[in-house]
Amino acid sequence: MGHEHHHDHDDHSHLSDIELRVRALESILVEKGYVDPAAIDALVETYEVKVGPRNGAKVVAKAWADPAYREWLRADATAAIASLGFVGRQGEHMVAVENTLDQHNMVVCTLCSCYPWPVLGLPPVWYKSAPYRSRAVLDPRGVLAEFGVHLPQTTRIRVWDSTAEVRYLVIPMRPEGSESMSEEALAELVTRDSMIGTGLARRAEAIR
Amino acid sequence: MNGAQDLGGMMGFGPIAIEHNEPWFHAEWERRAFGLTLAMGATGSWNIDMSRHARESLPPAEYLTSSYYEIWTKGVERLVIAAGLVSREELTCGQSLAEPAPIKRVLKAEDVPAVLARGGPAERPIEQPMRFAVGERIRTRNIHPPGHTRLPRYARGKTGVVELVHGTHVFPDANAHGQGEQPQWLYTICFSGRELWGEQADPNISVSIDAWESYLEPA
Repeated sequence: MGHEHHHDHDDHSHLSDIELRVRALESILVEKGYVDPAAIDALVETYEVKVGPRNGAKVVAKAWADPAYREWLRADATAAIASLGFVGRQGEHMVAVENTLDQHNMVVCTLCSCYPWPVLGLPPVWYKSAPYRSRAVLDPRGVLAEFGVHLPQTTRIRVWDSTAEVRYLVIPMRPEGSESMSEEALAELVTRDSMIGTGLARRAEAIR
Repeated sequence: MNGAQDLGGMMGFGPIAIEHNEPWFHAEWERRAFGLTLAMGATGSWNIDMSRHARESLPPAEYLTSSYYEIWTKGVERLVIAAGLVSREELTCGQSLAEPAPIKRVLKAEDVPAVLARGGPAERPIEQPMRFAVGERIRTRNIHPPGHTRLPRYARGKTGVVELVHGTHVFPDANAHGQGEQPQWLYTICFSGRELWGEQADPNISVSIDAWESYLEPA
């Protein structure tokens, strides 16, 4: 793994190999006119500030609160999610899968890092890492236990390996005691991990 | 290809390192590597399947010991060289030594929102009728192509059931190698844990992959 340095000055001797390598690449690509550095800033800003798992939480909360929306989401997730304004790269073909008492869904990309960016933002490091990608399909129950999720042995675990451009969003089970909560409050119960399937929604008391 | 990217079912990588309150990027160079990869992708000099293939073509020992954005950086380096946009010498010395090659387009900052919103849908119309139906049992082919494929090793030569049909999508195995999009029907195929991992597997797990029609044959 790359190690982090905090040197703002331009003394290259303090930069790691990979820092130098990325700098060289960017300066060549900019000098040749292939890349506009301001576009890089705009791309980074989009995913650091504007797009994240709050989008997905809104989708899930709406599905919990509105049966018609839930049906639409189950039937055509791409359109139902687009209706809330969450569209585009890495979300072109969406499928929503719903957790029940009998079946828990979990998503992985064993081949790279496929992840539904418009609803969850960029994936965490663990999602892209060898330990998760190797074991999610072989021992999902063990992986869930590492995340502190202990399901009964009778609960079926269904793993979705995103090997094409289809991206999966897990709809976690709606927590008990959340019946009277507004859609906005419900969204607070939806965590990123619960939408990957490595976590559960927060308990209703969590936001009281 | 049977590269180090094909991780499903491998053992020995240890526990999952979960980081609480993880930042989107862990260093400034990761921000730049991410942005550079997307900005160069937007020039239209290669497609997503070519970029995945560039990353998986790293030698296994290098792939497994590189961090995520290091893999991305090395992938872009390979792509710009292969596309004739940058020479190896330029990458080595860190500066441009020759006139730029013509490219299709340059992504401008003001176009970023529209380009991201448009994305890159993979669905393409084709004439051929669907060969398999939902609920049908199929067998994945036992293939080991030296080029790019999205059929993971753990799911080759296995019997499963067609669960979803996603329409007709660009075929990565062809598209990654400049052979055109050659779209095919795309299915979600579900396998029992025992079919994939043997009789010691948890009886209550199942795993699916999204598989193009040419990966499949009737069971």
